[in-house]
Amino acid sequence: MSATLSRQRKRIADPAFRWFVTLAGASVFVILAGMVIRTTNDAWPIFQYQGFFSFLTGDQWLAGSSRTDSDFTGTYGAWPFIYGTLVTALIAIVIALPLALCVAFYINQLAPKRLRNPLSYSVEMLAAVPSIIFGMWGFFWLLPNVLRPFLEWLESTFGWINLAGWKPFEGPVFGSSYLAAGIVLAIMILPIITAIVREVIAVNPVDQQHAAYALGATRFEVMRKVVLPSSFSGIVAASMLGLGRAVGETVAVMMLIGSTKSWDGSLLSAGDSMAAHIAARFGEATPETTKALMAIGVVLFLFTMIINIGARLLVWRIGRVSGDAAV
Amino acid sequence: MSVFDVQGLGVAYGSFTAVKDISLEIPRNKVTALIGPSGCGKSTVLRCLNRMNDLMDATVSGKIIYNGEDIYGPEVDAAEVRRRIGMVFQRPNPFPKSIYENVAFGPRLNGFKGDLDQLVEESLRSVALWDEVKDKLDDPGTALSGGQQQRLCIARAIAVQPDVLLMDEPCSALDPIATLKIEDLIRQLESSYSIVIVTHNMQQAARVSEMTAFFSVDIDDEHGMRTGALVEYDTTEKIFNNPGNTRTEDYISGRFG
Repeated sequence: MSATLSRQRKRIADPAFRWFVTLAGASVFVILAGMVIRTTNDAWPIFQYQGFFSFLTGDQWLAGSSRTDSDFTGTYGAWPFIYGTLVTALIAIVIALPLALCVAFYINQLAPKRLRNPLSYSVEMLAAVPSIIFGMWGFFWLLPNVLRPFLEWLESTFGWINLAGWKPFEGPVFGSSYLAAGIVLAIMILPIITAIVREVIAVNPVDQQHAAYALGATRFEVMRKVVLPSSFSGIVAASMLGLGRAVGETVAVMMLIGSTKSWDGSLLSAGDSMAAHIAARFGEATPETTKALMAIGVVLFLFTMIINIGARLLVWRIGRVSGDAAV
Repeated sequence: MSVFDVQGLGVAYGSFTAVKDISLEIPRNKVTALIGPSGCGKSTVLRCLNRMNDLMDATVSGKIIYNGEDIYGPEVDAAEVRRRIGMVFQRPNPFPKSIYENVAFGPRLNGFKGDLDQLVEESLRSVALWDEVKDKLDDPGTALSGGQQQRLCIARAIAVQPDVLLMDEPCSALDPIATLKIEDLIRQLESSYSIVIVTHNMQQAARVSEMTAFFSVDIDDEHGMRTGALVEYDTTEKIFNNPGNTRTEDYISGRFG
């Protein structure tokens, strides 16, 4: 009676399955590396020609017409597009995050019980609406009816503000502008942030909330001192997802930002963002310009990476202090 | 001298009547135990005493007079009620914060203006936890053992200097040794607080309380409705040695429940 515990039947599926999932896992790295290497490689001559630093900071963008990897004729300063991306994404997140927290809090704590599910389904449905819809609605309805009067009011009320040479609300008002694009982006990323924050809040342990109530906390205090701190990493993750969508958003921004290459710091003037500029120009681009657009893509990729790493660090640092369970 | 005068209390969750027609007077600076089989509504009654039932969408009828004031009165702020009437829960539920911050949470919330370090120390001393944790006040409260966590939760509750402590089966998640420590603690706290404890464990009620209320389930055979009701309320000694009601006697002697 020996060897009764040894393998009694052949298993083919096991090793095959293991290989398959290993391959699937490895493909993530292969795709990522392939993308980074290929785009960086294509963009490299432009960085060499222009210099990486002057590519980031220059505010002149003049497309060239060279057909080879040398003899470039253009000037490539991507700062106007970088500024456009940063400013629109920042406006979007600054507006959307507090609103998302409020909506999520309302759905979770204050809304009548029978309204909660319909509300959260609606939010999730909104999160799935394609950005072109937001862009069209923003351009054809929101811009003339709401945004333009609002921008004009901003200009007439705060136009005088001058922060060390930067006049954020200086006219003239065209309608299409950084601020208009930023506001539509905010509306666009609001549902996805809300949906995630709502779920994060919903799984917050009820017994800890009860403990706080039993100490005399009000609903608001329970939210602020118990639910929000322990949901911190989830809220950061939701914001990053929203910010990532805002930074990379192409179509909606293209329709609302005005697409000019000139750079003017005022939030009310038209400009362009990295993603919108690439999308608008690559169809008609010369081989030289294609490389320059690739270079913008590399910078855009770098930005999203920095944002993600920054978020990780933030969660890690604050999580250590607040005892966040997810860290 | 009673701390609570419960008059004709009834609680419903939606169309389900959990308890009805409960009247009892809970004495000051004594331990009062609420016992009874599952579903008899003893925890429901306890949660009415500090309006925690508000959070569970309960409909409450009747009156609960606390220090001459109906805590369900229209002018009453539920948060203030809960600050005066603290609560310890079935499962230890420390916040995911440090031991110190757990105890300091309530005082901070309520705008405590004195020496917070001293208050934390006193609170931890009065639950006999100070010597065990004084060197690791910055460690997370969740890293303590179950019994220590429960004592931390009691310290957290008394740090806001309440008048009453409600305990909802505070030992049901603990081992026998930790249970004994909590019971010792309850007897010590009795001189400073009025304590109402819900327990499944009859021996525990007999060991710690002066007064015992026995709840049971009234079954309406026609409609199949099960409603909690107060069967008998008296001194613990009388309830356990000479109960006046046969249902109490059956339960105490282990014939049902």
